[in-house]
Amino acid sequence: MQIVQRRRLPLRLIRVRPGGVLPILTILAVLLVLVGIRQPDFLDPPSLMSFLGRSAPIILLAAGQYFVIVCGEFDLSVGSLVTAQVVVAARLIDSDPARTWPVVLLLLAFGAAVGLVNGLITTRLRVPSFITTLGMFLILVGAVYLWSDGSPKGGLSEEFRRFGRRAVEDVPLLGRVPYALLVLLAVAALAVLLTRSDFGRTLVAVGDNPRTAELSGVRVWRTRTIAFILSGLAAAVAAILLGGYSGVSFQAGAGLEFGAITAVVLGGVALGGGRGSVVGAMLGALTLELLFALMNFYGVSGALRSTVQGAIILLAVAVSATRSSAR
Amino acid sequence: MPDPPPAPLLTLRGIGKSFLGVRVLDGVDLDVAPGEVHAVVGENGAGKSTLMKIVSGAYVPDEGTVELAGEPRAFRGPGDAQRAGIGIIHQEFNLLPERTVAENVYLGHEPVRRGLVDRRAMLDRTGRLLASIGETALPADARVGRLGVAQQQVVEIAKALALDARLLIMDEPTAALADHEVELLYGLVRRLQERGIGLLYVSHRLTEVFDLSGRITVLKDGRRVTTVDTADTTADELVRHMVGRELSSYYPDRAGPGDVGPVRLTVRDAGNQKLRGIDLQLRAGEVLGVGGLQGSGRSALARALFGVSPFTTGDVTLDGRPVRLRSPRTAMRAGIAYVTEDRKGEGIVPRQSVLDNALLASRAIFAARSGRAARTERVRELLAAVEVRAAGDDQEIRFLSGGNQQKVVLARWLALDPRVLLFDEPTRGIDVGAKSAIHDLVRRLARDGAAVLMISSDLPELLGMSDRIVVMRDGRLAGELPAGATEEDVVALAVGNVPETAR
Repeated sequence: MQIVQRRRLPLRLIRVRPGGVLPILTILAVLLVLVGIRQPDFLDPPSLMSFLGRSAPIILLAAGQYFVIVCGEFDLSVGSLVTAQVVVAARLIDSDPARTWPVVLLLLAFGAAVGLVNGLITTRLRVPSFITTLGMFLILVGAVYLWSDGSPKGGLSEEFRRFGRRAVEDVPLLGRVPYALLVLLAVAALAVLLTRSDFGRTLVAVGDNPRTAELSGVRVWRTRTIAFILSGLAAAVAAILLGGYSGVSFQAGAGLEFGAITAVVLGGVALGGGRGSVVGAMLGALTLELLFALMNFYGVSGALRSTVQGAIILLAVAVSATRSSAR
Repeated sequence: MPDPPPAPLLTLRGIGKSFLGVRVLDGVDLDVAPGEVHAVVGENGAGKSTLMKIVSGAYVPDEGTVELAGEPRAFRGPGDAQRAGIGIIHQEFNLLPERTVAENVYLGHEPVRRGLVDRRAMLDRTGRLLASIGETALPADARVGRLGVAQQQVVEIAKALALDARLLIMDEPTAALADHEVELLYGLVRRLQERGIGLLYVSHRLTEVFDLSGRITVLKDGRRVTTVDTADTTADELVRHMVGRELSSYYPDRAGPGDVGPVRLTVRDAGNQKLRGIDLQLRAGEVLGVGGLQGSGRSALARALFGVSPFTTGDVTLDGRPVRLRSPRTAMRAGIAYVTEDRKGEGIVPRQSVLDNALLASRAIFAARSGRAARTERVRELLAAVEVRAAGDDQEIRFLSGGNQQKVVLARWLALDPRVLLFDEPTRGIDVGAKSAIHDLVRRLARDGAAVLMISSDLPELLGMSDRIVVMRDGRLAGELPAGATEEDVVALAVGNVPETAR
């Protein structure tokens, strides 16, 4: 007897499987069509490129959040972490170009350290991550205010800001390609590689059934902690892009954690872990941004953003919950 | 009860059901008379549980009719079926552990006086209900969480009876029971029979089916193969109907004198919270069976050896070298593998693919030193070698049958080339055909030089597979038996009513 292999179908890519990217691609396509109807020039390379560049931070955060959610946890601290990073960067650089690179490295280390703390508190002290990262969120907000006496100090150097606002000019066909987009593509490639690695596969298994993983020799606490570190690193990169793009303020990262979680859920990643892809999560973020752009074109108030996000989270979770219990 | 009584309580005619185009039931007929125990047997995936879910109202059949006491019924949900008098006792109980027996029995339909729950009436009625099925020893005000599994089962049954159930479905009722509790269940079933309650009894254990039932219906691949009077059939015949082939010899040959190698694992005076004074030797090439009642420390022994709840005292040596088994990782690195009894809870990662499940341990323990492609290739070979039947190795493991899931779990461990394999109830919840495949695999591993320790509650399996048997009682080794021991020997040691056999 051999493995009974119904040899792979040629249409494998198109096969709908739970946690796949087909649903989000469909939604994205529909939104693109709607945008195309209302605002055809949005789809021209220059405006499309700048839209992608603008969306890069939230897509990065969604990728980071994916690692945390797929192993069964949450990271609510990323929004305030982004704010903290931007404010810290401004004060440390203090408009001195020579400090740019050391500060960039420091921000990455800072993001990783916050992730490490989140991870260790969650896994070693057994505080539910929802609470851990909510606590971290509040701590960071307060600490930033304290450290900067209530208003941001210093300023970012032009070198620092170019990641968020400059572009490679005169690219054939595309015109301007923002640096932010290049950074995004590089990080996205890394993220995809990571999900295909032993670590990535093990991470999903941990989210699906931590008991089994533990009894198969996985160090569950370590795996989850690394996921938090990845989320912290993603927040650091997002902060560098955002600081460059929109400047220093206490609002720099406000609400981004919910944006990222919405995006991840929209991208078909199961809350509670065990299912979903990082590509889906990133496409979810892109879709969310496109939806906001569309709302803008149709003159819907920007104040509705969080309402829309909330509705999407509820709807996406409801859809996946009813589908998975349909059998 | 050779002649089916005239007025059946439940009549199923031509029941059919498909899921996503896959036909799981096809034209099934079945009837149950009042006071009859009608057993339903079949391999996993034969359609037993789907059929039971149709009777209990959880599924609506695509075709066919359900008649209760001569009246056609179309249940729109489990509540409907309950009100009509059909109760189901699941393998996993549906009880609130923090509530009393009475509160559980009357959950959702508490006796009410002046708008408030009448606790006294509730306790009273529960007491009478329990007495009516001969369970006088069970206090109605005991907290359910404190009761043993067997008593919780009684509560489940009382719960159904409180709703005036005329037909009870029991799905693998003995799966969670220790051997002496099974006897109690037998008594209970007979008292239910006397009250004229019809029972649909689903079980893998043929002994029970023969002990209890009047008629047996065999399902295979969603169809009814036959319905026979229990008195007119034999276990062999039944198994033939279930698998559609003769199982000439149930168990592979034992190890010959030359097959058993040197001592591989030695445990000296080891213990922890659940175990005391464990002295054990396990040789390469042998299958050492571990018998005992539920809770006697059998699983605790395997889990201690695998470092899940490690020994706190005593020494363990592996191939002559002392080892400290502090965690699953250290045990795995020492060459020990553990196939858990709780496959669903801690054996599989349900929503991941067959391949990901099989690779889990290798990925966790060894960074791909010899190349990931080679490792994956090897795991694929192992999956083929253990004869996993799946639509492909990218299929999610939860869609596989229990037997195939178990084979994937086995492949996961074989990828680490373990020297010691610990099996905890390796064939629990697995159909007959896959069972013997697992038995063959276990024996083949021993023959290839692994030392195998196998825990089993299934006595024929324990006796048929083991080269030696140790029996546990109250966290200790109660004694050792050679191959060829009888069921009585094992049970006697397990319950401790004979002098311990000298080693």
